[in-house]
Amino acid sequence: MDMQVAKKKLGLKERYAVMTRGLDWTPSYQKMEDIYPCIAYEGIKIHDWDKWEDPFRLTMDAYWKYQAEKERKLYAIIDAFNQNNGHLNVTDARYINTVKLFISGISPLEYVAHRGFAHAGRAFPGPGPRVACLMQSLDEIRHAQTQVHSISNYNKYYNGMHDFHHMHDRVWFLSVPKSFFDDAITAGPFEFMVSIGFSFEYVLTNLLFVPFVSGAAYNGDMGTMTFGFSAQSDEARHMTLGLEVIKFILEQDPANVPIVQRWIDKWTWRGYRVLTLVAMMMDYMLPKRTMSWKEAWEVYFEENGGALFKDLARYGITMPKCAEQIALEKDHLSHQAWSTFYNYAAAANFHTWMPDEDEMAWLSSKYPESFDKQYRPRYEFWREQAAKGNRFYNKTLPMLCQTCQIPLVFTEPGDPTKICYREVDYKAEKYHFCSDHCKEIFEHEPEKYVQAWLPVHQIYQGNCFPEGTDPTAEGFDPLAAVLKYYNFENGRDNLDFDISEDKKNFDEWRGQATKNI
Amino acid sequence: MSTVFLALQTNEDTRPIIEAILQDNPSAVVDEQPAMVKINADGRLVVRRETIEELIGRDYDLQELQVNMITMSGNLDQTDDEITLFWKS
Amino acid sequence: MAVAAISKYEFAPADSQDKFHGAQLLYIGWEDHLLFCSPFCFPFPPTMRFGDVVAGPMQAAFGYHPDFAQIDWAKVEWLKSGKPVALDFDKSLAENGLKHKDVIRFRTPGLNGINGTCN
Repeated sequence: MDMQVAKKKLGLKERYAVMTRGLDWTPSYQKMEDIYPCIAYEGIKIHDWDKWEDPFRLTMDAYWKYQAEKERKLYAIIDAFNQNNGHLNVTDARYINTVKLFISGISPLEYVAHRGFAHAGRAFPGPGPRVACLMQSLDEIRHAQTQVHSISNYNKYYNGMHDFHHMHDRVWFLSVPKSFFDDAITAGPFEFMVSIGFSFEYVLTNLLFVPFVSGAAYNGDMGTMTFGFSAQSDEARHMTLGLEVIKFILEQDPANVPIVQRWIDKWTWRGYRVLTLVAMMMDYMLPKRTMSWKEAWEVYFEENGGALFKDLARYGITMPKCAEQIALEKDHLSHQAWSTFYNYAAAANFHTWMPDEDEMAWLSSKYPESFDKQYRPRYEFWREQAAKGNRFYNKTLPMLCQTCQIPLVFTEPGDPTKICYREVDYKAEKYHFCSDHCKEIFEHEPEKYVQAWLPVHQIYQGNCFPEGTDPTAEGFDPLAAVLKYYNFENGRDNLDFDISEDKKNFDEWRGQATKNI
Repeated sequence: MSTVFLALQTNEDTRPIIEAILQDNPSAVVDEQPAMVKINADGRLVVRRETIEELIGRDYDLQELQVNMITMSGNLDQTDDEITLFWKS
Repeated sequence: MAVAAISKYEFAPADSQDKFHGAQLLYIGWEDHLLFCSPFCFPFPPTMRFGDVVAGPMQAAFGYHPDFAQIDWAKVEWLKSGKPVALDFDKSLAENGLKHKDVIRFRTPGLNGINGTCN
């Protein structure tokens, strides 16, 4: 006995202490409030930053090692995907529209998240959260880059993805995810952490990534599945950071509780509204479905979020009040979203279509309370009209919600036959909302949302035409000018899937891949 | 007690890890989904380094799990020997 | 409530009427016709006759629906901000009391969408 060899390496806890708090120092010739000017104004009180600890106890040296391994795995598969014409292995070409939605709607957010966490990390005086934010900031830029890289393999063959970043900053429906993140990064560092770190990453991220990624796996898309899992392997750490941040803030001072509760209420709702796009992706855009939006919501929000808020009850935090309305919307959300994009198929960078008979049967079985009653008659009418050559293309611009920027497509809680309208008068100006929750968010910080860049209003102000356009010229076609400003190729990137070049090409290429021509 | 869970990618790295988790958590339930394995447990789930090492026959650093993790639910605590997921109520 | 900010935080609204080149915005929704996913937003001069709004832009926007051609405009019930309002086809928007960013809805009794399903 007593022959134990002394441990060469420090244990996990010691290593974490040395590589976080051990690297910090107390400034001697500058005041703390000058170095950290953004830390007090939100009203959050922190007494001891050293109480914060990353439960994974990951340090930067280990971080680089594991991230490098993730990248090696990812690029091995991307290479294999290309060498094997992976794009032709997906279930059918309709699936590729989910990839378009992802690259123009989600990937640019990864980049903004990178900036947001870099900024939050800089703002915090505590070394623990600073290191965790640094890691997450690096993760997010990795996600943006690997997504752009993976999807470039689709962009070579299919339409609508050629200028995703330009589109993200301009296109009407992309202002929904864009303004969501802009709202978060223009808040203070604590609100940012609650909005993205907690509400989005912990409460909602499973609804974004898990369905997208297992949807990709189920539909034969090895490329997307791989970048998805590679990004997702960072998510567990992000979720842990989000939860630790909340617990840390709440434990520091009881005065923090009501501020945090308001942020959780606001950001759960804001995040949920953005997930409208995911709901429609799950129920309509995956040729092979994994689970319905409603089922995913029940597993990942109601069960899982229920457990989370039960656990947070000891701090005095309660389930966000919007959960009640969301429960009423779960039978309707994806159908209302798909109807919207079917309406505005001329103004999107992806294609829409009507579900076939089998798909309608799947939808009725998953949504027995709502589908046959409300949505099937609508779809049957549209399908009949399309068969007669009268496919519905809505060309009149919609009324938008001032907060979430989604058109007023949502129905009254409890009455799926009536559109929900809400309005507020503020400083002699009228503002409109899709819901009580978006209205309350506005009323709490009207000065923030009066500046909203609402795409429809911007078009009518004349700000969404290519430079040099003369809207007063004879025969001026505003829709054509707006599509040009978006850098959409009319007739190629937009309109119904059935008449798309994507469909034609995919069928032809798949034929070539399986026959000797 | 509420459910905690850990979801891992389905691959050769995670096969013995899942086996180890099931050995150490007899009440855990496996839910296999496309390309992903979700392990649910009531209130508490423990991943033990020693059990994994016995199954794979080499030293294992629990931080290697970072590479294959997809998502989780619950409070987390990680040491050299264990990762624990738990709810307090 | 004020925005929590490190300095003075005040901004002009992005959509005040002066930015619309002489037009004002009017939102119009058709109750019980969810085939149109949301109400519409239109820019009209305040001097535009309301009857011309109905016959021109509204016909173009809502005309796809088979119910539209059957509307008896004398029986239509109008709502402004959710409350009943009388709108005179021969008067202008301004004379009808319609201001920038007002929202009106119309209900067409007996016409409740495809087979009465509110679609």
